[in-house]
Amino acid sequence: MNDYSICIGGQAGEGINKAGMLIGRVLGLLGYHVYMYYDYPSLIRGGHNYAILRGADHEIGAVSGKPDIVCALDQETVQQHGEGAVLIYDADVAKGEGIGVPATTIIKEEGASPIARNTVLIGALCRAAGIPREILSEAVKKEFGPRSEENLRLALRGYHAGEERMQIPIRKNDPLPLLTGNDAIALGLIRGGLDAYVSYPMTPSSSILHTMADLAQDTPLLVIHPENEIAVITMALGLSYAGKRVAVGTSGGGFCLMTEGVSLAGMAEQPVVIVMAMRPGPSTGMPTYSSQGDLSFVLHAGHGEFPRIVIAPGTTEEAYEWSARAVHLAWRFQVPVFVLSDKNLGEHPKSTEIDPEFPMPVASVRSPRGTYDRYCNTPDGISPFYPPPLSDNVVKVNSYTHDDFGITTEDPGHAAANAVKLIRKGATIENEMAYYGCLRVDGAEDAPIALICFGSTGEACREIGERLSLRVIRPIILEPFPLAQCIDALMGVERMIVVEENATGQLDSLLRGFGINADRRIANVSGRPFSLDELEQKVREVMQ
Amino acid sequence: MKGAEFISRAQNTWCPGCGNFVIQHTMKEVLAGLGLLPEEVVVVSGIGCHAKIADYMQTNSFYSIHGRGIPVATGIHLGNPKLTVLCSAGDGDAYAEGLDHLIFAAKRNVDITVIIHDNRVYGLTTGQYTPTSPPGFAGKSTPEGTHEDPFNPLDLMLASGATFIARSYSRDKKGMAEVLKRAIRHKGFSFVEVLQVCASFYDAHACYDEHVYTPEGHNPSNRDSAEQLIREWNYAGEGAIPLGVLYERNAPTFGERVLAGKEGEIDRMGIIQEAIGKR
Repeated sequence: MNDYSICIGGQAGEGINKAGMLIGRVLGLLGYHVYMYYDYPSLIRGGHNYAILRGADHEIGAVSGKPDIVCALDQETVQQHGEGAVLIYDADVAKGEGIGVPATTIIKEEGASPIARNTVLIGALCRAAGIPREILSEAVKKEFGPRSEENLRLALRGYHAGEERMQIPIRKNDPLPLLTGNDAIALGLIRGGLDAYVSYPMTPSSSILHTMADLAQDTPLLVIHPENEIAVITMALGLSYAGKRVAVGTSGGGFCLMTEGVSLAGMAEQPVVIVMAMRPGPSTGMPTYSSQGDLSFVLHAGHGEFPRIVIAPGTTEEAYEWSARAVHLAWRFQVPVFVLSDKNLGEHPKSTEIDPEFPMPVASVRSPRGTYDRYCNTPDGISPFYPPPLSDNVVKVNSYTHDDFGITTEDPGHAAANAVKLIRKGATIENEMAYYGCLRVDGAEDAPIALICFGSTGEACREIGERLSLRVIRPIILEPFPLAQCIDALMGVERMIVVEENATGQLDSLLRGFGINADRRIANVSGRPFSLDELEQKVREVMQ
Repeated sequence: MKGAEFISRAQNTWCPGCGNFVIQHTMKEVLAGLGLLPEEVVVVSGIGCHAKIADYMQTNSFYSIHGRGIPVATGIHLGNPKLTVLCSAGDGDAYAEGLDHLIFAAKRNVDITVIIHDNRVYGLTTGQYTPTSPPGFAGKSTPEGTHEDPFNPLDLMLASGATFIARSYSRDKKGMAEVLKRAIRHKGFSFVEVLQVCASFYDAHACYDEHVYTPEGHNPSNRDSAEQLIREWNYAGEGAIPLGVLYERNAPTFGERVLAGKEGEIDRMGIIQEAIGKR
């Protein structure tokens, strides 16, 4: 099995993310599945940033363990990651045992900017890994576009300054596009019919806003960055009322501000998609790291009782398809629909194979007849939804308990009807969601021991499941919980281990509410994803 | 369409003598006078006594939450700029809970008409001070009187870049109709503050009757004289209270700027394929 890990590290501001992408391109062109983990503290200059690129001959979505090759732009990287790896370092600024390349000198000689040091080291890296020069050139051209000429020169100087230490074999596969979860969410929302995206920047959701704003240029897609998250959600509901399909994106703290608006969406039955990208809390927590600590919050956010859908994609492919479905479902049922993501899914690029035009359900369009009652009480709890202007009719939406027409009422009969209608709508959603594959089973599908997880931990669990012959069960829809599909997936399971990146076991609690009692739980609250080696060790411990 | 057709079947529960009646009836007459149809108008409101106007008007309406009417109205305008969007807000709504949105709507010059039903007291929560209550106001939350002074919202709007600033009084229906008509016609953000009598918790009509006046010969495009008029009364003392359109200028609207070149259908597959191709 071919499986290689390459680490590149330096200080913030030294272009580590971009350097990681270049290595990713190289691995992609070599025919490998690529996954990149990017670790950066919440600062703009200094500190220690690093990326780990993993290339494998099978589908991957996690880091494995110690890197095989390390590219060090500074001494810190040599110390933290260099041991036991083929080390390539800038000999002008760091000391180490390996291949010293005078990258700083080369940059000066070439009159290039200091940020291009990483290109020199990547050139040396390719030489060390026995990667043909042509592949390096092609990767540089693809990554740098119009700025590739200078970078190509620098990469080749690095290449000639390096020496071959190993051979990463070439595989005959075409490179797949490298998409982050946030890329996939943005594109999926567009696929699903999005007209407008409204967001206030907050890591790790910000790159959806940036990608959307970039893609929206010279297109009718609207992207708006208002004054705060309260304005974000309420402006989105205004757009939704006026007939636009709209999504918002945020992370924990921003979502706290949105919750009154979520409840408004629930009562007013005004559809909206909410992308909630988790990071460790409480409060500001660790902005640039990952967590699954907001599952319970998202399941229950907003006062009062109203139906919602919570989707937790675990791969970039799922992020694309389910973000598209999220738009459809929000407008089909006129409820807030959540795409629950995190930093690990959102910000890490991965070789992604999507069918951009995968089939989507088509919403039925009917014209209203006679007087339009926005909240017409139907057997399935779903009222016909029309934006204004409607000829000879008005559209009244209301945050108060309301009658069918939308006028405030405190009449006990109306109040009960209002509440029951929302509950009935919840039941309709649950029934219709049964037509979707709301849950995924990986690994050894009939093994008696099951790992149960959700979201971004799924890929690490899948690989461990394959390694240790375990069943891996991962609900993608967490609300309404796909109980029937879950019970089906659990047939023959004797031991259940819940794996999640939070301290209190929020998925575990959710499962217990349905009588699914796990035997053991593996938690991780470091902000970093499980590496395969680490997860394997923990799984072995709890299996004993 | 007659004004009466703009009144819904909802039972009205404002107190007898409430200034909101005058605002509602002026609104219906102005809309009828402008030849607008109920389906072309959206009334957005927050929460408070003022907000019931969303129920009482037979127009499209979005009865939103406390303080958040303005971003809802902004979203509606961007979603369909052909709709005439009126946003009613209370002084607690727009000056306390949601002040940020008011400033940003003015800053952006969103083409909506914001009508502040400023009764200078919380009515629906039965009598607490607001940001424009007079100094020392003794309400239920401040029985010994407030320990802060009011601010002048018109001055704040001028500083925030509002392109239309006006003040009306709920016992001057004729003046209010003129202001409201001009506000709706104004291209851009129109701010209309209505000094509204609260019959139950702060009936200041005697004071207003004595001090309000309509300045003669004022040119609203003159910023200096507008500023002078706006600062004539600071919501605290007994100064003269100017009414009418105090400031007006032309500027590109947020909608015009945001929606420029945004017509037509989105080439979804084109965007997606191109993005994937680059990655």
